[in-house]
Amino acid sequence: MAHEFRLPDLGEGLTEAELVSWAVDVGQTIALNQVIGEVETAKALVELPSPYAGVVEELLVSPGTTVPVGTPIIRITTDAGTEEPPARTPVLVGYGPGAPAASKRARRKTVTAPEAGAVPDRRRPDASPAARAAARELGIDLDLIAGTGPSGAVTRSDVEARTGSARPDTPPAPESPQSPERETRTPIRSVRKQTADAMVRSAFTAPHVTEFVTVDVTRSMELLDRLRELPEFEGLSVTPLTLVAKAMVVALRENPSLNASWDGEHQEIVTKHYVNLGIAAATPRGLVVPNVKEAQTLSLLELCRAITELTATARSGRATPAQLTGGTASITNVGVFGVDAGTPILNPGESAILCLGSVTRRPWVHEDELAVRWVTTLSVSFDHRVVDGEQGSRFLASVAGMLHDPASLLAHL
Amino acid sequence: MVDTIAYPVQLIQPDGRRVFRPDYTSLVRDIGPDQLRDLYEDLVVARRMDVEAVALQRQGELGLWAPLLGQEAAQVGSARALRPDDYAFISYREHAVAYCRGVDPGVMTRMWRGCAHFAWDPSSVNVTNPAIVVGSQGLHATGYAMGAHLDGAEIATIAYFGDGATSQGDIAEALGFSMSFNAPVVFFCQNNQFAISEPVHLQSPVPIAQRAAGYGMPAVRVDGNDVLAVLAVTRQATQRAREGSGPTFIEAVTYRMGPHTTSDDPTRYRAAAETEVWKARDPIDRIRRLLDREDLLDDVFLARVQATADDVAARLRSGTVEAPDPAPLDLFEHVYSTDHPLIDEEREQYAAYLAGFAGIEEALS
Repeated sequence: MAHEFRLPDLGEGLTEAELVSWAVDVGQTIALNQVIGEVETAKALVELPSPYAGVVEELLVSPGTTVPVGTPIIRITTDAGTEEPPARTPVLVGYGPGAPAASKRARRKTVTAPEAGAVPDRRRPDASPAARAAARELGIDLDLIAGTGPSGAVTRSDVEARTGSARPDTPPAPESPQSPERETRTPIRSVRKQTADAMVRSAFTAPHVTEFVTVDVTRSMELLDRLRELPEFEGLSVTPLTLVAKAMVVALRENPSLNASWDGEHQEIVTKHYVNLGIAAATPRGLVVPNVKEAQTLSLLELCRAITELTATARSGRATPAQLTGGTASITNVGVFGVDAGTPILNPGESAILCLGSVTRRPWVHEDELAVRWVTTLSVSFDHRVVDGEQGSRFLASVAGMLHDPASLLAHL
Repeated sequence: MVDTIAYPVQLIQPDGRRVFRPDYTSLVRDIGPDQLRDLYEDLVVARRMDVEAVALQRQGELGLWAPLLGQEAAQVGSARALRPDDYAFISYREHAVAYCRGVDPGVMTRMWRGCAHFAWDPSSVNVTNPAIVVGSQGLHATGYAMGAHLDGAEIATIAYFGDGATSQGDIAEALGFSMSFNAPVVFFCQNNQFAISEPVHLQSPVPIAQRAAGYGMPAVRVDGNDVLAVLAVTRQATQRAREGSGPTFIEAVTYRMGPHTTSDDPTRYRAAAETEVWKARDPIDRIRRLLDREDLLDDVFLARVQATADDVAARLRSGTVEAPDPAPLDLFEHVYSTDHPLIDEEREQYAAYLAGFAGIEEALS
């Protein structure tokens, strides 16, 4: 039997819609819910699914026509049943489309299709009301102005500066000879002088080579979290530096050339069988590099305690000359300043300095998948007279390996 | 906690690989091959049901429908974390939650058809009928949870709402009250990225979950298209509630693939490219890939799932088109549970008004 499908109210109280296109032809066999055509209402362009499975007998409305809700638009023949179901009387809002009402409101113009890609998707820039008013008045897009106000808010003066329309009450004062000094001269002495001398001596005597490696240290960070919970470590500064120091001591044992010094006077290379591990510390007085004596004999806990005490002493300016001399290899930690990596300069008399960059969460390929991991960049500078590229590379890879998988440190404890 | 806000909890990646998160995988340790297949079936059924309801609206059989397309995992994962005596307070989009709670698909559309004020008896399935007022159900859930708390019932109450609702006073009050009184309620926000046409960043400059911190409430952000992860975090939150540890806020980060309701046209306010990005994160594809990787898919199983989905859709359709129209005077039923003099008076007046039309139709014809 034949069923007429009447145009339903597709949008909560709409009175009419335009039939945009048919997706089926007369004679075509269609399934339940198969899309038969497209209809545009004042609210949306929607596809119409067929409420019947059967054969299209007639298309009652041509594309481009706007018809009232309730108008029969298609006739479909089904093989089920022979009786037209009883007509429903709409009860509340009128669901189950009925015939169109006798009186109809004047036709409205059908809406035009939305502009493609007209999707504003940006935040309103922060700006004071005065700045907004000024920008509007001057026809300036606030988005184009870099704000100098709190949290980067655009201020009125930012807007005016943009147009050059700032009208200060008084012209800018000319530079007067009475203005505060534009330069400060500080005598070079004490720590700064020593640092400078050491840097120059090191840089111009030892031919530096620097190598880098970036490594996933998530396991090390997890280990540090666990260590911090142990009562033994209470009050100690348990940081990535702690593990780096331990790994470095182990790696130096395997790569002794990095724990050696160039003795030009005697034309000898002096390989040390002990590690006095220097830790570069930023102090109010400047850079100092106190060292942990006999670091190769210390357990992780002892090493942690020694570094904690050593840096605290250095920062308070009470590092003794003994603590500041006799180092064999050093670590500098630029990561604490949020810096990714550096090319450190050797502490004079030493052949290697390891630089630890900031440890941050980064997207990283982990087990063949993209994951968020703790990652850092390590670099090592070495004296190429003493250390060959192979040895330096092995050393750096060894330290990186132990930080990547701190369990491997166990073998050396 | 901070990490789970910055990096939503995920146990299945979009390509179907598992993510190793010992803290969360332990919560779904019992989800073996059969349970994974069941979850997949629920997702497929939920989508099929939703597609059928949209078609029914387009055919004039429903006044309105709020499609859940794309949010199946957030709803199924959370609803499957509930126990029978837990109670869910839903908004207008949680058709899959209702399905998982045991609501008959044949009655699910009654309210949307406008032939009843309610679709099912809430106490028979412990899930409310849809709340249309945005966010009101947050207060209802908090009140119910508080009652359960005072009764000593070891149950969890869960309130479902969207990202837009977090800007409503009702949700703010519910969060404040529940935290102050330790009400065992789980606030489950499906952040589907849009409050009708407004993108979520106009609702909140910070992740929605971070708003909970202002109330002192623990919060977790979860990949809302990952049914396993949603199941895990909801289990954790409902367990906290049952144990008397108070409320939890869950933000399930998902995406509404379709319109806000059948009367809305999302192409007017969002780019097709954005929708394409989310298509690649489809919740059903994801678990299907997982099942495929773990060799748990076969034709018999897939055919069974399809048959179940088609059956549910058919029940939804026949329930809709065959739903009896109420008599006009039924309007006054179920307003109060007992007799009410004012309602009785109004019923009589309306009956008299209707009686005035008797004979007119015959006279006109």
